[in-house]
Amino acid sequence: MKEPTYWKRSRGAYRILIIISALMVIISVAALFFFTDDTGTEEDNTPSNKEYTTIPTTNDDPNTIIDGIHVRTGLVEAEGLMAVVTNCTTCHSAQLVIQNRMDRDRWIATIRWMQKTQNLWGLGDNEAVIVNYLVTNYPPINKGRRQALSQVEWYELKE
Amino acid sequence: MQLKILTLHNNQLLTISVERRKFVSKTLLATMIGALGTDIVFGKLLPLDYVPLAFQDPDPFKMFQIDPEMVVLNEKPWNIEAKAHMLDDKITPNKFMFVRNNGIIPENIDLANWSLTIDGESVIKSKTYSLTELKSKFKTYTYQLLLECGGNGRSEFDPPAKGNQWTVGAVSCASWTGVRLRDVLEDAGIKKNAVYIGYHATDLHLSRDPGKEPISRGVPISKALQDETLLAYQMNGKDIPLVHGHPLRLVAGGWPASVSGKWINRISIRNKVHDGEKMEGSSYRMPCKPIAPGENVPDEAMCIIESMPVKSIITYPKSGAMLPKGKKLKIRGHAWAGELQVAEMHYSIDYGATWTSCPVEKPVNRLAWQHFSADISLPQEGYYEVWAKATDSRGVSQPMLLPGWNPKGYLNNACHRIAIKIT
Repeated sequence: MKEPTYWKRSRGAYRILIIISALMVIISVAALFFFTDDTGTEEDNTPSNKEYTTIPTTNDDPNTIIDGIHVRTGLVEAEGLMAVVTNCTTCHSAQLVIQNRMDRDRWIATIRWMQKTQNLWGLGDNEAVIVNYLVTNYPPINKGRRQALSQVEWYELKE
Repeated sequence: MQLKILTLHNNQLLTISVERRKFVSKTLLATMIGALGTDIVFGKLLPLDYVPLAFQDPDPFKMFQIDPEMVVLNEKPWNIEAKAHMLDDKITPNKFMFVRNNGIIPENIDLANWSLTIDGESVIKSKTYSLTELKSKFKTYTYQLLLECGGNGRSEFDPPAKGNQWTVGAVSCASWTGVRLRDVLEDAGIKKNAVYIGYHATDLHLSRDPGKEPISRGVPISKALQDETLLAYQMNGKDIPLVHGHPLRLVAGGWPASVSGKWINRISIRNKVHDGEKMEGSSYRMPCKPIAPGENVPDEAMCIIESMPVKSIITYPKSGAMLPKGKKLKIRGHAWAGELQVAEMHYSIDYGATWTSCPVEKPVNRLAWQHFSADISLPQEGYYEVWAKATDSRGVSQPMLLPGWNPKGYLNNACHRIAIKIT
């Protein structure tokens, strides 16, 4: 009874191993291809440079910034960014921060609520850094009693 | 990848989110290869049907089988809404049903061992039922029930209200099948001093602290005993999708959808107002007395939201339609009024200066939304907005401007409108 189950399970493991190996081979071939292409002649370089920019480069840095935005979270790069990433995005996504616009008092009240009810830890000196970051980069925007319709995508109505 | 993030004030976000998706998938791939290298050693110890977390598809549209045009507001916890034109069906299909979560969706559902316990101070005899017992012992009912998030429309409040910035699409009217909560509660026995019921479920708190519940709300006993209040196991004729509460969901139509708890395994009959998570503070509560925008309200001056207010949505055409002069504009949509019915429906093409009444159908059952339609003549070329306004059976209508401000931005039932051009 035990042996067939063991064999069945190992078979599964081998199957995964084979898939992984196959993947590795493909990746190696691809890497080799790009590597050799990179060492082409100088006149080749100019036109192919354009193509290179569209090939995503492997990037393992979790804190990459592109155009002033912290790519992993979507947060604006500014003083206090890493304190926000570390303390605020462990439990919830940064989208919850980005969507919300509050003044200093209401951000502090929100932090207190999270500490009281949501297991947020004490922030110490970081609290001032985090609140400054939030009110500077995500301040409230006046909308009035009703905003105009915006971002209308116009199309011909058929039917 | 089509992940979309709410782009209220920053168009850049959209592009960034797409870039971010690519980045995340790439890092994920690297992690998977890395993780597998070590996992393989223990491969034989893994259960055969075990799918490592890394292999689970992080694409919410595939994972939840929803339309790729649905708008992701938040991916931890998952919160996703529809756009107005996606709600055109009379019965909301699964793919256009908004997703609202306070915590982490349960990771393992053990159907064979799933049970529902009825307990609490006001139960005569605490009882536990398996899913099979629930389905066989009690009569089955099907109703179309309106579920709207209490915070639907929050994005319009000024000053901005705290929480996911829902626009118009956190509303649905699906067909729910299950047993009456009343039948189950009465089987266990309800003491005379019962005031409220409170649900408990198997979702996880965001902090993954097993001692904390993400949400545990409820309704007064009178709402719990209504014919249409269901312990549902089917949505639109099939098992409820996991993200919407499989295998058992409490469905109490016409009230904030947060009382319709998902993944239910226990219901307590309380001798007081239920005091579970998100029943207190500013959660799903409104200032008992009206306040000025932005004013602070102490907790004790907040009152629990019960029935949702009268509201309507234009689902056809999609905003932005252009049509030639002389052609009539057909519009249609839905209207609802919480515990009440919609009695009248009007539309305006001149910003409320004049209103024209249009027919609205009776609901298919109590607490279902009602359908309206109209053929509109637009007099000359140019830009128009069509505004829709529902009136409930007590003569209360939707406001054209934002209703009373409140700290969490609940109950925005201001008129919905679409933009039209005559060319």
